[in-house]
Amino acid sequence: MTDASHPAPVVGRGLRKTFRRETGETVTALDGVSLAVERGSLTALVGPDGAGKTTLLRLICALMKPDDGDLEVMGIRVAAAPQAVQDILGYMPQKFGLYEDLSVQENLDLYADLHGVSLEQRQAVYPRLMEMTQLGHFRDRLAGKLSGGMKQKLGLACTLIRSPQLLLLDEPTVGVDPLSRRELWDIVLKLVREEGLTVLVSTSYLDEAERCDHVAVMHAGRVLAQGAPEEVTARAAGCTFLADAPDGIPARSLQARLFALPGVIDAVPEAGRVRVVRASAEDRAPLTVDGVDVPLEAVPARFEDGFMLLFHAVANEGVRNTMTLQGRRDGSSEAVAVEVHDLVRTFGDFTAVDHVSFQVRRGEIYGLLGPNGAGKSTTFRMLCGLLPASGGTLKVAGADLRTSRAAARERLGYVAQKFSLYGQLSVDENLDFFASAYGLRGARKRERIAWAKQQFELDRFSALPSGQLPGGFKQRLAMATALLHEPEILFLDEATSGADPLARREFWGRITSLSEQGVTVIVTTHFMEEAEYCDRIIILDAGRNLAEGTPSEVRSHAKSADDRAPTMEDAFIAIVENARRTRSAA
Amino acid sequence: MNADDRPTVRPGGALRRIAALIRKETYQLLRDPSSVAIGIVMPLLLLVLFGYGLNLDVKNVPVALVMEDTSSDARGAASGFELSEYFDTVTVKTMAEAERLLLAKTVNAIVRIPSDFARRVELGSAEIQVIVHGTDANTARISLGYAQGAVGTWLAREAARGRLLAPASISIENRLWFNEANESTYFLVPGLIVLVMTLIGALLTALVVAREWERGTFEALFVTPVRSVEVLLGKTVPYFVLGMIGLALSVIGSLLLFGVPLRGSVLVLTGVSILYLLVALGIGLVISSAMKSQFLASQICMVVTFLPAMMLSGFMFDLRSMPWVIQLVTYVFPARYFVSLLQTLFLAGNVWSVILPNAAVLAAMATLLMGLAVRLTRKRIG
Repeated sequence: MTDASHPAPVVGRGLRKTFRRETGETVTALDGVSLAVERGSLTALVGPDGAGKTTLLRLICALMKPDDGDLEVMGIRVAAAPQAVQDILGYMPQKFGLYEDLSVQENLDLYADLHGVSLEQRQAVYPRLMEMTQLGHFRDRLAGKLSGGMKQKLGLACTLIRSPQLLLLDEPTVGVDPLSRRELWDIVLKLVREEGLTVLVSTSYLDEAERCDHVAVMHAGRVLAQGAPEEVTARAAGCTFLADAPDGIPARSLQARLFALPGVIDAVPEAGRVRVVRASAEDRAPLTVDGVDVPLEAVPARFEDGFMLLFHAVANEGVRNTMTLQGRRDGSSEAVAVEVHDLVRTFGDFTAVDHVSFQVRRGEIYGLLGPNGAGKSTTFRMLCGLLPASGGTLKVAGADLRTSRAAARERLGYVAQKFSLYGQLSVDENLDFFASAYGLRGARKRERIAWAKQQFELDRFSALPSGQLPGGFKQRLAMATALLHEPEILFLDEATSGADPLARREFWGRITSLSEQGVTVIVTTHFMEEAEYCDRIIILDAGRNLAEGTPSEVRSHAKSADDRAPTMEDAFIAIVENARRTRSAA
Repeated sequence: MNADDRPTVRPGGALRRIAALIRKETYQLLRDPSSVAIGIVMPLLLLVLFGYGLNLDVKNVPVALVMEDTSSDARGAASGFELSEYFDTVTVKTMAEAERLLLAKTVNAIVRIPSDFARRVELGSAEIQVIVHGTDANTARISLGYAQGAVGTWLAREAARGRLLAPASISIENRLWFNEANESTYFLVPGLIVLVMTLIGALLTALVVAREWERGTFEALFVTPVRSVEVLLGKTVPYFVLGMIGLALSVIGSLLLFGVPLRGSVLVLTGVSILYLLVALGIGLVISSAMKSQFLASQICMVVTFLPAMMLSGFMFDLRSMPWVIQLVTYVFPARYFVSLLQTLFLAGNVWSVILPNAAVLAAMATLLMGLAVRLTRKRIG
């Protein structure tokens, strides 16, 4: 691999990188990482947030200097000739630096000029890039006006203008809907398989890592395992089972109980059943829930199962995934918590939400799914009383949002997509402020704050400014503040976007126990497998209701090509594409 | 897409990259309403504001006129006040009444023409008593000057009629050099140029560079064959052009709207403005390479460039009347040198003994700051 004519694309040995925070403490981003990328391969860096993936990519493209270790890119020592490295590689950062006030064409021209691509070469390259990304119709559109998925494709096109010898992609699909995500991956796979490009991609999507030739699983600045994805999968061989939920118990309740059992590493709802990963293939003891043995069916392992096993070994903190409310919500589960009828919202002559109706019963978990720009966020904002509806009726906890918005707001909690707490205030100060904002005072306020800190295990961070909390704890604090006033309904807008698999399991465990105690939960998400946690889901596209029902009802819309059961993602893509075809035919 | 053996550095690559960056920056500048507002609208707005609104001249000072003498000479002298645009007169009978008005601040000054005025005019020792309310020392001093002027007007009128009177006991010595009309517009309007250049050069540049850091656009840009000097040039050139447009607007506005004389040469004015603009651009680039947030960059720019340009440059307040410590501080800020160049070029002419040392300081500062900006801009993150 290392002969002079064909040097290996990336060879890193013992890479170390530390940062100093403003508070003076030192954070180790990379702790002795060694990595090799083979020519013409697709390699994934996979791991949770803060594992060091971005830092590693930045070292490779000479945007940062390692504190220690050797790094060669295409046979060039990065430390000795950073510019030479930057001349030959293509890099797409996480927030790709598109100039939003330049058009698609102007962005492309800029990067073509910077890379010194001649006008004749452009004649050949542009049509191919346009065909690949299907941005041809949008050449004159400003990049800022593109959807999230199209922006990512344009970013990719900008890095491909000059046929790089090595392409680095930093979490290219974060915040991108399943359709655009699949399109983006088709492009990347084509580049590797047909054009022989070498690609190094970082991701927190485990299904993406599974499609790569080579993976490096990272955690806390170290590489836990390196090799073909099958090698990671093989670690879970014989450990994975599917469990059937007894009648009347939702799969997610069984999942929460199984997850809490000793010897169970992972449990996730899957197609109405629960997928269980046990710590050891030798462990044959029956799993007992509520005194009953749960029937288990052995199934082949997936990459995710092996990944969770690897992680269990290093991050065995015993994630707490249940919580107890102070007062159980009483009332029948037949009561309607949220009622939306014929909801319309227009912005000028653009209809963002087009006659949508649905009902959510008390204690249900209801999911709003859809591609970018489907009208999810608009619907959400109307439900929370942040945006008035143009037409239709909206009742939340019995209050009509068109007439008594304040009354409804008191009974709902809202966790925004972005971290929306005060970063400079400490955990305690944030809780105190939000408690006061919800009208709590005196003993009641102290009691509620104490409850929140205990339930979300925030005590050890009391005095830390919330902006400096580790990612997962920010999420917890946001949820804690939303629950201070004991709302009947909790709204969560893409709450797990960018969260790692461990944090997402913990999050869903909490949601499940909230719903068991009578809190109604409405969520939006980009992770289709998370829809399995919901009682019912609705799929929106272009403001319209495309499908509604239980996860298994929605899944049955899709017919998979091979004989495996269709996943929620297959169903989602089939439903949206079908609706789009019908619409463009009409 | 196999391009392993393509040369990575082509002849003319740098020029093409710089041109591409300049083009990109220009598109962004033209599409961003706030840049156009700061570059074009603001100079015009400041010109109108400073030219018409902010006026340091003292006009229409309310004055109580105490006529103890009713002779034609007394009335003639009084008419000097009544006809002056600098005074609004109220005629009262007694000194007591006038004093009451003065204490109530209804009037700012009392002009008393004593009962023996006419007699003493003949004797050549006439007196007009002027009492000015001293709370606003500046207005007081100027009012006193105007009073002398008003009497002088009367004397001149009498002289024109062939009646030569010795200038009475009031000496007339209020002529200001280079600003005979004592119009503050004459020195305010050229001073505007320093504000416009500071805002465009330092503030706008710091903001656009910090914006690239904030939006993460630099990260992708850096991993291309582009060199950091090229990035700096791409940023500097469009804002340099915008600054020169702001200069042209301010100069043309001063000349046409306010009739400010331009006694020095246009060429020298352009030259020293270029020097100052380079200094301002350098400050903007240095600040933004250290502060990677737009908010911080704009705050620091305001404190380091705009406020000193306003307060410590001699544009609004005379440097000589400041405490010596503050006077020393003003030498640090480039605006001081530019204002003194501007005032000299507009009101005095090509006075080389002033122009050369000031321009030399600006040139040195420009070289230093630009060099620092190049050193500080690294294609690195964090």
